[in-house]
Amino acid sequence: MTAIPPTTLTDPTEVDTRKVRGLTRAEQRAIAAKGRLSSPWASGIAIVLAILWTVPTFGLLVTSVRPRSEIRSSGWWTFLQNPALTFENYSEVLFGSSTSFATFFVNSVVITLPAVVIPISLALLAAYAFAWIPFRGRELLFVAVFALQVVPIQVTLLPLLRQYVSWGLEGSFWVVWLSHSIFALPLAIYLLHNFMKDIPASLVEAARVDGAGHVTVFFRVLLPLLTPAIASFGIFQFLWVWNDLLVALVFVGGTTDVAPLTVRIAELAGTRGSQWHLLSAGAFVAMVVPLVVFLALQRYFVRGLLAGSVKG
Amino acid sequence: MKRIQRGRGLTLAASVAGLGLVLTACSGGDGGNASGGGGGDAEPTFDCADYEQYGDLEGTTVTVYTSIVDPEAEEQRASYAPFEECTGATIEYEGSREFEAQLPVRLEAGNAPDIAYIPQPGFLRSLVEDFPDAVQPAGEAVVENANEFYTEQWVEYGTVDGTLYATPLGANVKSFVWYSPSAFEENGYEIPTTWQELLDLTDQMVEDNPDVKPWCAGIESGDATGWPATDWLEDVVLRTAGPDVYDQWVNHEIPFDDPQIVAALEEVGGILKNEDYVNGGLGDVASIASAPWNESGNGIPDGTCHLHRAANFYQANWDEGLEVAEDGDVYAFYLPGASEDDKPLLGGGEFVTAFSDREEVQAFHAYLSSPQWANAKAEVTGQGWISANNGLDRDLLQSSIDQLSFDLLTDESYTFRFDGSDQMPGAVGTGSFWREMVSWISPGQDSETTLSNIEASWPSS
Repeated sequence: MTAIPPTTLTDPTEVDTRKVRGLTRAEQRAIAAKGRLSSPWASGIAIVLAILWTVPTFGLLVTSVRPRSEIRSSGWWTFLQNPALTFENYSEVLFGSSTSFATFFVNSVVITLPAVVIPISLALLAAYAFAWIPFRGRELLFVAVFALQVVPIQVTLLPLLRQYVSWGLEGSFWVVWLSHSIFALPLAIYLLHNFMKDIPASLVEAARVDGAGHVTVFFRVLLPLLTPAIASFGIFQFLWVWNDLLVALVFVGGTTDVAPLTVRIAELAGTRGSQWHLLSAGAFVAMVVPLVVFLALQRYFVRGLLAGSVKG
Repeated sequence: MKRIQRGRGLTLAASVAGLGLVLTACSGGDGGNASGGGGGDAEPTFDCADYEQYGDLEGTTVTVYTSIVDPEAEEQRASYAPFEECTGATIEYEGSREFEAQLPVRLEAGNAPDIAYIPQPGFLRSLVEDFPDAVQPAGEAVVENANEFYTEQWVEYGTVDGTLYATPLGANVKSFVWYSPSAFEENGYEIPTTWQELLDLTDQMVEDNPDVKPWCAGIESGDATGWPATDWLEDVVLRTAGPDVYDQWVNHEIPFDDPQIVAALEEVGGILKNEDYVNGGLGDVASIASAPWNESGNGIPDGTCHLHRAANFYQANWDEGLEVAEDGDVYAFYLPGASEDDKPLLGGGEFVTAFSDREEVQAFHAYLSSPQWANAKAEVTGQGWISANNGLDRDLLQSSIDQLSFDLLTDESYTFRFDGSDQMPGAVGTGSFWREMVSWISPGQDSETTLSNIEASWPSS
């Protein structure tokens, strides 16, 4: 998936001419890194890694289209010797009476969208304040937010759930939305803050001189520049929420009212783990959405992530 | 116990690739047992007059949390239909494979379900100890039902410190040996009625045809690998040492490696570690450890072995075309005791516990402990389900092995004992016991070391 196409090695003389033109250190390093990464050896290793990484997923795909009896009696790698193809697993997963995949699919969407939008909106505002509004204790508060990232979510599960129960929220979408927002905010604020800080101060100051207030600066000056960062974090958060099992399982359980797709898939294998022809098909159905999102937005993903987190 | 998983295909692929990766987690599976039936479309027949005792529960909701997921969950839900229709209550069913981990979390957070089905008495005991306020003692109607329709032992498993908390729901019987009726007839073999006869029969099989090993066995079951071997030992302890010693052993009143237990394990080894006896169609003794439990009996219809000790729920693992019946392709006989009068029976089941004393919850709990429910459940279930409720109508059970299991469960001459590993602390019952039994098979650790290792792992408190 992530194989790097072999490119020509950078010509040393070319580097030299650029040096003459006066490159920043970061640019020089980038060129050197490109040279190293483009070596045939590195490409070879990357290809091997990509293949190894894809083999289990590929096996899952093959398994999902094999008939149940075949899955039971032989491994997927024997598929070519005995090619039997069926879409029965998929039709049972998607339209079978007991699985109600559609409901869970909708639940997943209903959970994911607010769980992505809420933390990004809040984090943008917070990041702006941290970056461009001087107030007392700003650094301290920022360090505190940053430090929150080290709190493992597992230790927060029980106290949070207890709190939700005392508020009477259990079993509603609010629990998942709130939890995902809480867990996402420290990283979101940190990433977006760094990105905002990278924007030249002169730009903001110029807007100020022209009479723009914080709201105008935020919406008219910063937001357009922040799109890649927002998109990258959006994808990041989307993938995390869509694939999340732990939070959903702990906070909402497995009822059809609120549980997302991941919870349903975890149950697909059946009480005695016998149904894994369904499991493989179900897993693939659930994979499709994040895959589409990732492929459609992947250039933002890489660009935004680098821009926000690595300061040159 | 028995989280039955298998992931040959993907696990191997992943390990070949040197990647633990996600898929091992997804690969819970074995081909074999679908729903344990699937003929569960029949609508239960009922008369609402029988349900008047539960009162009018219009507009109320009871939440049920269990470890039983689809497709078996569908049959569960269908069996509540009469209750829902007649009383007006709504039953909200939720099944999860992470039940055992999630239930304490919910109790801790004060988010308890109204009713939970607990698959192990040991788990029930720890719940009562850890959450004395959450677990509700059974109501009057429930206690009456329990005493009337269940044998004393079953009631005992739902009782902690003299208080009844839980009533039995489903049940299974593990003391079975699967065989092929036609192969037995061809060779003139008789069903053994004592342990010695079973050994003699085995010897005769070896003599008649040394190429075909009489027994086939497999204990591979994903991260629960080893559990079928623990059932072997439990079954034999019941036969060589007796139910009383068995109870002491399970409750840790005698050490795990008591000489009587060592002797029982030696007896098991007499079959499972005897190169002449095992492993029909699958290889040598070591192959027991790697053979998937749910496929290891396939040698019986294939003619590569004659005997396979497994529970009644193994019926769901036979290939679809095979007829499970006394005159069919495969069937099971009772694993005999030391003498004809000595009839210990090893089994398991799940238990209904309530976490609320609301009227509708108590009514539903009473319903679940009644023969009404057992019969409604039998009607909507194809095969592979029984209850120890003696009010269950035997004719409603749709497979002959289910009927046989039910007969044994309700026959007073059989001494029932609950699966020992389900009653032991988790560190042993779902941990060292499984692991050490695997080491015992392969690479062939001796019995004494095996049992002392388990004894050493028993939690001190």
